Amino acid sequence: MRVAARPEDEAPPIVIEGLVNRFGDFTVHEGLDLTVRRGEILGVVGGSGSGKSVLMRSIIGLQRPAAGRIDVLGHTITEIDLEQGVGVRRRWGVLFQGGALFSTLTVGENVEVPLRKYYPDLSTELRQQIARYKVILAGLPESAVAKYPAELSGGMKKRAGLARALALDPELLFLDEPTAGLDPIGAANFDRLTRELKETLGLTVFLITHDLDTLYEICDRVAVIADKRIIAVGTIPELIATGHPWIEEYFGGPRGRAAGAAQAAHAAVTAHGRTDG
Amino acid sequence: MEAAAQYSLEGEGEGSGARLVLTGQLTLRHMAAIEPALAGLAGPIAAIDLAAVEEIDTVGAWVVCRLARDHGAEIAGASEAAERLLAAVRGISPEGAMGPPRPPVWERVPLALGEQVFAARSGVIGVVGFIGQILIGAGNLLRRPSRFPLTALVHQMELVGVTALPIIGLMSFLIGIVIAQQGSVQLEQFGAEALTVNLVGRITLRELGVLMTAIMVAGRSGSAFAAQLGTMKLTEEIDAMRTIGISPIEALVIPRILAATFMMVLLGFYSALVAIIGGAVVGQFALGIPFWTFIARIQEVVPEHDLWVGLIKAPVFGLIVALAGCYNGMQVRGNSEEVGRRTTMAVVSAIFAVIVLDAFFAVFFTEVGWG
Repeated sequence: MRVAARPEDEAPPIVIEGLVNRFGDFTVHEGLDLTVRRGEILGVVGGSGSGKSVLMRSIIGLQRPAAGRIDVLGHTITEIDLEQGVGVRRRWGVLFQGGALFSTLTVGENVEVPLRKYYPDLSTELRQQIARYKVILAGLPESAVAKYPAELSGGMKKRAGLARALALDPELLFLDEPTAGLDPIGAANFDRLTRELKETLGLTVFLITHDLDTLYEICDRVAVIADKRIIAVGTIPELIATGHPWIEEYFGGPRGRAAGAAQAAHAAVTAHGRTDG
Repeated sequence: MEAAAQYSLEGEGEGSGARLVLTGQLTLRHMAAIEPALAGLAGPIAAIDLAAVEEIDTVGAWVVCRLARDHGAEIAGASEAAERLLAAVRGISPEGAMGPPRPPVWERVPLALGEQVFAARSGVIGVVGFIGQILIGAGNLLRRPSRFPLTALVHQMELVGVTALPIIGLMSFLIGIVIAQQGSVQLEQFGAEALTVNLVGRITLRELGVLMTAIMVAGRSGSAFAAQLGTMKLTEEIDAMRTIGISPIEALVIPRILAATFMMVLLGFYSALVAIIGGAVVGQFALGIPFWTFIARIQEVVPEHDLWVGLIKAPVFGLIVALAGCYNGMQVRGNSEEVGRRTTMAVVSAIFAVIVLDAFFAVFFTEVGWG
């Protein structure tokens, strides 16, 4: 969310080399490599159980890999402990699948938690104002600030979780299936919001999704996890051009074709509108 | 070294107002140092100059917007990126509560009292309704015995009864030892040490065996019932059962209640026996009464109705503990905090009811001549 560029900002925010994750005898990742570029929305896709969430948990330090190296914002996550990680932790925000809001706090208080933790010197008034405008930036009505998570719908919980993820003005945003369980209108709105926030705030977004519309609408590049590693990264046409059978099935199936056609039609209408205007 | 956020006022005291020049990094990290001073500026401020700002985030934009609104100032020199951030936060009202409205204390106290009264009323209605549901469920099971959840009943009997044997045995053994040892010290003053046998036998069979067991079962099983059913409520398992056509009362509540009621009888008796053995061990080693003599004396000095008093109370206590646990579990709504609250309530109300009822039983049995 920083606007001015600093020298270290030119480096890619996430670099993963040779990542290996194992649970007992079960290998999730074997020599996985991935680089996320600054300022892009990178979509991550893969079949159920292919290790998308484990990959995200490894990057944010919740899962210690068996081998490999992960650099996030110039820090090697695989080598630092929680205390050292504080500096880098406040430069990213994470939206978990179910929102993971603290159920005993109101939405506003939820957003205040990271602010209290990292910036105890902020005046109470400013801290509350920051929490309030973040909630509204995340697309919730003002009345939602004082509500408890149990009073919110699933879509509103995700937005509240997004507000908390944005609390510290992060540079890097992790979204785990942000549109899962939302109705198509809610999902489209969330996509638009993600895009807008990314452009306004200059975010880099790491986005796990199953939603083909999300992939077509907002992702700059898409990474495909299969066979325990990233088999391809690129724009959707580039991915399809690789001819990998899983990718062909994913984007070439009825759902994939429909989403692609919708995107093409949308682009045509937009272009048409521009020439008219 | 990063340049922290700084500000300076230029042209103060001129007609149209001063020009506030902000420099450095207008970000969350540096805001705590500068924000109180900015909020305290007297003004008038005609313009805010952002041309020398190196870095800005939404927090910086928010503070600038707030200043501009408070002083009616213009914002000048904003970079394109800063302009985007300003546009994003402009127009959001700074006023508003973080939580539900909190009334003043003189309203809160009567409000809380009133809520307690209404909660007590709906609690009574809820308990009566719950007992009604159980009776209906029991009636259905009687008419269609093939639906009886026998496996669940046996499983619950194992959890409530068999797995409780070690802890209840240890507790009762120690209680027997304490009663015999402390009782003998007092009785010795009258030269009536031999009456220690009466004391241990009667008090454990009549009162303590069942009472302590009920408290232990409330802590072990009553809490487990509440937490289990409460979690199943939260995860919508109970709703799922209803939609499939399985009555949660028949499948979950009745086996637990039957198991607790029945096992309390056995556990209460077991507890009294182990306590007597504890007393006999003290007799053997501290009082000079041989172990088997102690046991034989028990048969002579303890009237048979003492056993019946204990065995009549035991299933009632078991029923109360199970009812409190299942009722509170089924009342869970909302969040995980509620599970904890209801579990506590199940244990506290069960123990309280057991002790109150025990007092009534004591008076009752004495009055009917089983003193």
